Amino acid sequence: MTLHAPAINYVALLPFLLLVGAATTLLFMTALTRNRLSTVVSTSIAVAAALGGFITTFVQWFEVNHHGATTTAAHAIVMDGFSVVMAASITSSLTFALLIAHDWQGRERFNGAEYQMLALLATSGALLMTQANDLVLLFLGLEILSIALYCIIAFNRRRLKSSESSMKYFLLGGFAAAIFIYGVALAYGASGTTNVTALSYFLGTNHLLHPGLLLAGGGLMMIAFAFKVQAVPFHFWSPDVYEGAPTPVTGFHASIVWGGAFAAMIRVMISGLGTQVSTWRPIFFVLIVLSTLVGAAFAILQGNAKRLLAYSSVSHSGFILLGVWTGTAAGVAASSFYVLTYAPVVLGTFAIVALVGGVGDANHELEKYRGLARRNPWIGASLAVLLLSQLGVPFTVGFDGKFAVLAATIDAGNTVGAVVAMVAACIAAFAYLRWTTSLFVAENLDLEPLVVPFASRVVITLSVAYALILGIDPSWLTSITSHATLLFQP
Amino acid sequence: MHSSLWLSALLFVPLVGAIVAQLVRRSDGRAYLVAVACATVELALSAVVAVLYNPGVAGAQGFDFAYRLVLSAPLGLAYDVAVDGISLWLVVLTALTALIALLAARDRRNEASYVTWQLVLMGVTMGCFVTHDLLAFFIFFELILIPCYFMMTQWGGEGRQAAAMKFFLYTFTGSAFMLIALIFLAITHQHQVGGPLTFAYGALAQTALSSSTATWIFIGMAVAFAVKAPLWPLHTWSPSTYAEAPAATGIILAALLSKLGSYGLLRFCVGLLPSALPTMRPILLTLAVVSILYGSLVACTAKDLRRFIAYSSLAQMGFVTLGVMSGSRIGTEGAVLLMLNHGIITIGVFVLVGYLERRQLSGRVAALRGLQKPMPVLAGLFTLFMLATMGLPGLNGFVSEYLILIGTFGTHAWWALAATLGVVGSAVYWLWVYQRAFHGPVAPENATLTDVTTAERLALLPIAALVIVLGVLPQTVLHRIDPAVSILSTHVAPSGVSK
Repeated sequence: MTLHAPAINYVALLPFLLLVGAATTLLFMTALTRNRLSTVVSTSIAVAAALGGFITTFVQWFEVNHHGATTTAAHAIVMDGFSVVMAASITSSLTFALLIAHDWQGRERFNGAEYQMLALLATSGALLMTQANDLVLLFLGLEILSIALYCIIAFNRRRLKSSESSMKYFLLGGFAAAIFIYGVALAYGASGTTNVTALSYFLGTNHLLHPGLLLAGGGLMMIAFAFKVQAVPFHFWSPDVYEGAPTPVTGFHASIVWGGAFAAMIRVMISGLGTQVSTWRPIFFVLIVLSTLVGAAFAILQGNAKRLLAYSSVSHSGFILLGVWTGTAAGVAASSFYVLTYAPVVLGTFAIVALVGGVGDANHELEKYRGLARRNPWIGASLAVLLLSQLGVPFTVGFDGKFAVLAATIDAGNTVGAVVAMVAACIAAFAYLRWTTSLFVAENLDLEPLVVPFASRVVITLSVAYALILGIDPSWLTSITSHATLLFQP
Repeated sequence: MHSSLWLSALLFVPLVGAIVAQLVRRSDGRAYLVAVACATVELALSAVVAVLYNPGVAGAQGFDFAYRLVLSAPLGLAYDVAVDGISLWLVVLTALTALIALLAARDRRNEASYVTWQLVLMGVTMGCFVTHDLLAFFIFFELILIPCYFMMTQWGGEGRQAAAMKFFLYTFTGSAFMLIALIFLAITHQHQVGGPLTFAYGALAQTALSSSTATWIFIGMAVAFAVKAPLWPLHTWSPSTYAEAPAATGIILAALLSKLGSYGLLRFCVGLLPSALPTMRPILLTLAVVSILYGSLVACTAKDLRRFIAYSSLAQMGFVTLGVMSGSRIGTEGAVLLMLNHGIITIGVFVLVGYLERRQLSGRVAALRGLQKPMPVLAGLFTLFMLATMGLPGLNGFVSEYLILIGTFGTHAWWALAATLGVVGSAVYWLWVYQRAFHGPVAPENATLTDVTTAERLALLPIAALVIVLGVLPQTVLHRIDPAVSILSTHVAPSGVSK
């Protein structure tokens, strides 16, 4: 018996390969050099790989535009407009996250390339999740992502909270992964395939007399996704992990892990189980109502910046789920637009949070932000812009994202969901506003102004520029995302 | 039809001014001059627009200077400007308020930033009035929060943080519902006619809506406007905001931004959703009457001049709402006129309060006793504005209030009757506050106060002149309001009374 290796389109895999390649290179360099690698070298290599991945997505975009969506590696990997756009978001977020981490490593005196390697590997898992067209491969991506993530959450060995939160995430994440693979097994039992396209085809052409197996499988997968995107009631880990993880890792989590998880969720729910939309919609509706409201309500109770941002991203997850709920192309476009607009903004926010947090992540109480805008006018103003963007003020991307999701939702007939989400946005507004207000009070003027290292400055400037420029004219990005979802599914 | 460039200039002059003021920020004085020059140009431009305005442009429904450019088709985002007789005078009021606020309530603390925010606020408020597209209106409406919020938190009084937060959250929550309502309306329209999503006013006015759908959309929008106006029971942000805002912001908030609420109610709720009117009219008329009576009562007990203005404005805006919802052409004209008149009078009163505060007087009424003696001119000006609000014939407040009551009597007599009590009420609370503050023996610490200076008088001169001119010659304004209101009345007519 001979084994036939499937044909592989390497352009589709190039971003993934670049990141894994860079991680491996760093690994060998660490092993083969005499001294520890300097952070500058390792960051440069990692950033080069991330940027390379980002540029590759343009090539992919070109190819998808000209030849349509394709699958490769025995239909396990897909390259369509949606995956390309999500990959672009993830690779650009990785660039930002690495730059933030670079300054953090300098502050904490972590030399070497371990962090960069793990970040690259975790991101490669996220990329795999956006491209996986097979549930088993998706599981692989999920695990690559998670295992690397457990390590970098615990990266600061000197900080007890860091290890504690990693442990928490590991235990719960392990459960989620197990639940997911069990769901995959049941779905396989019901349909005879793990391929998302084949699953969709099977469900479209067959009527299941006993859908119990499929329902259970789909439900379990949904729980795993809800866990990863921090939807209530599967969010309990997120404030602890956000608080405990080193701040650059928190930023990494809020943009890359989140984006990858949403991409996979959209792929499975819409592309794979799209025919069952009337079955899963009510469950999503419950998740939306709980996530938006609980996230917003708990955000205003927090006295810690990172916990506040954790609950805020729970609430933002609810908004994205609103787009998924629709099951329409417009809804998916709106959801991916939301991810694309949220990721840079949240990374810029965490860049500032990391700076204020200082050595050992010691200063994350909201009191530490009082008077920040008086001591560091530019940082204060930037943080104000980023927070107001998350609040959803017009002329910032946050508004455009909310608007797109609401329009898609109302278009699909879910006005109640839209109203609930906006009520939550008003509640969350209090949290952001209180924080913003505290930046401008005339207190703590005698404290030393923050020193803003170069890499962080780049990240903050770019994210603020992104929030404002795209906020004023979002049309090019909306046309990309809506074009991308038309190229959804091979 | 006139060129839309006039309106674009109105929109962009303040924003350019804000950038220039930031460029010369090293010198506070120069930034201030830039701002004043900019506001003067703006006022001149708005006067040109008011003179040029032609209500009879064919097929434009009373609008002139119209121009529409779609910016993003999938989002329905468009740059769309036009004015008609309803918005025209609010455009003038915007420029006037901004200029007087700069001249009469100069604040030298970190002045370059302050005037920049003022210019931005003028620009976005102008945007609200000149835009002819619901989404653009919403965006400007929300953007107003940003300059107001920063001006309040950085230049406001003792309790500014809490007041600013309350103001922001109230308005933001109100407009959240408006956003959903207008998306819902636009999507209903899109489902009916196909094509890309659009928020153009003219297009959405053609949407066929069942009465219950229209009512829900109406409620969603009316909440935002009732917060802004304010209207009882959504007024509770206004006393603390008026009390804590810096003088210039207070002037703009009380005189100008409150008009956004009534303007929005007339333009978007009444104009777009006539089929909701049979249900909503009694409710809003009742709220208007309650606002009038409640505002009058609480104004009697106000211990602070700024809070007094807040409650008196609540009553006055109740009258505006009454006219807007009266369903009569005369009443609506009176309401539009009262928006202008109340704006002018409020600028005057608030500026006077600012003058008192400059002299280290807190606005507390108890501390003011006997001011007539040391400050006769200020007392005289206060009397003028007081009489204008009370509706003394010959001053501007009279005409508008009279038109509103006449119009409402014809269509909703009981509500008009109740509102008439408010006319009496306004005489009571104004005279009472006047007595407490200006009559009686002078408190010893107030005896040496200087009266308003020449510069301060000059800043108020145009306002005082307008109070008299508009009282004697309301026709100049009314004959531009009339065509637009009559078109609106005809559009709304099938759903109810119009006389």
